[in-house]
Amino acid sequence: MISEKDIWSALEEVMDPEIPTISMVDLGIITGIDVKDGGNSVKVNMTPTFSGCPALRMMEDLVKERLQKMDIPHIEVETTFDVAWTTDRITEKGRQALLKHGLAPPVEKRDGYIELDVLSDVACPHCGSRNTEMKTPFGPTLCKAMHYCNNCLQAFEQFKPVF
Amino acid sequence: MSEQLHIKEFLYKMADDLLILGHRNSEWTGFGPLLEEDIAFSSMAQDKVGQSLALYTILNQMGEQDPDTIAFMRNANQFHCSHLVEQPNGEYDFSLVRHFLYDHADYLRFEALANTNFPPLGKVARKFKGEVKYHVFHGDTFLMKLGNGNEESHTRMQNSLNNTFNLALGIFEPSPYEEQLIADGVFIGEKALQERWLEAISPVIQKAGLTLPAQSTWQPVYGGRKGQHTEYLQPLLDEMTEVFRIDPGAEW
Repeated sequence: MISEKDIWSALEEVMDPEIPTISMVDLGIITGIDVKDGGNSVKVNMTPTFSGCPALRMMEDLVKERLQKMDIPHIEVETTFDVAWTTDRITEKGRQALLKHGLAPPVEKRDGYIELDVLSDVACPHCGSRNTEMKTPFGPTLCKAMHYCNNCLQAFEQFKPVF
Repeated sequence: MSEQLHIKEFLYKMADDLLILGHRNSEWTGFGPLLEEDIAFSSMAQDKVGQSLALYTILNQMGEQDPDTIAFMRNANQFHCSHLVEQPNGEYDFSLVRHFLYDHADYLRFEALANTNFPPLGKVARKFKGEVKYHVFHGDTFLMKLGNGNEESHTRMQNSLNNTFNLALGIFEPSPYEEQLIADGVFIGEKALQERWLEAISPVIQKAGLTLPAQSTWQPVYGGRKGQHTEYLQPLLDEMTEVFRIDPGAEW
């Protein structure tokens, strides 16, 4: 019989369509799994990273497709704002996965509130130097900001912190 | 659901501002004065249109039509957006000043709404706040850069500020349900929001070497919230809905 744990494990194999090193689970967008009717009915709750994220529907479909492979008769995927996604929902494993993709992980929330000057305190994913600056908070996708490393003189992207 | 008319009116005006300004921002795609600005305005467009969808979805849950119908099937006089957001993009300095003035108001609006007594709105407002913070950061950065730039950039920014300020005051046009919204704990009210906004923008304008227009010249441009619009809104809607009207069931 399929358990909630099985579903979590399965969803760890579903990768973000734009950052293929991080799973939906490690990205923190799966907010709840409800297994009912002896495993015949599964509901997955999700929360959007950004309100305007165009990959949202695709992510829902990827989750559905993965569950269909498990021969679950009734599958429901719902995205709501009930649990607000913040970058603190990204797991430690997820932060490593971002780095692996060449993206600086987001700054973690400190003492409740982040001021914008803290956002520039980011380690370069190429050389590790903190002698970096944010060039623009808008990058190739909504979740990325553009930075520049004054040490290795390379531009890099950061998965930008959102709280 | 008619007892929630005050909340519906409130949601419509916020969502319509976001949709229309989102569309205007998207018009910079491919035309930004530099690549980073092209991307910035396009990203802000994406955020705003996404946020309008979240608000239209709440309206739909309250018994209004589905979000696509609301967004694409109304005429100009059924829109509740402010005149500020429907103005054509004009020169980059105007778009930038509008974005600076509007996004400060929006950030403070969502910050206040994080504590609303209307939970569906509270949930999305808390989310939007984190997103709009970057819009405010961007607006502040460029206002200061160009305000303190060279003579031409300074003059352009000051002129745009002078010409845009009364339109921006129109954001705070009071709703007929103002007192009810405040009494129900839904919102702090437009008057209180305007005060917070002035407190927030004044120091940035000063740091940018610019001057806020004298209070004696303030004449808020109202009417948008009541469905009275400039000649610029209908052509925008015609363009925005062109594909939808040709093929309402189109998927892409």
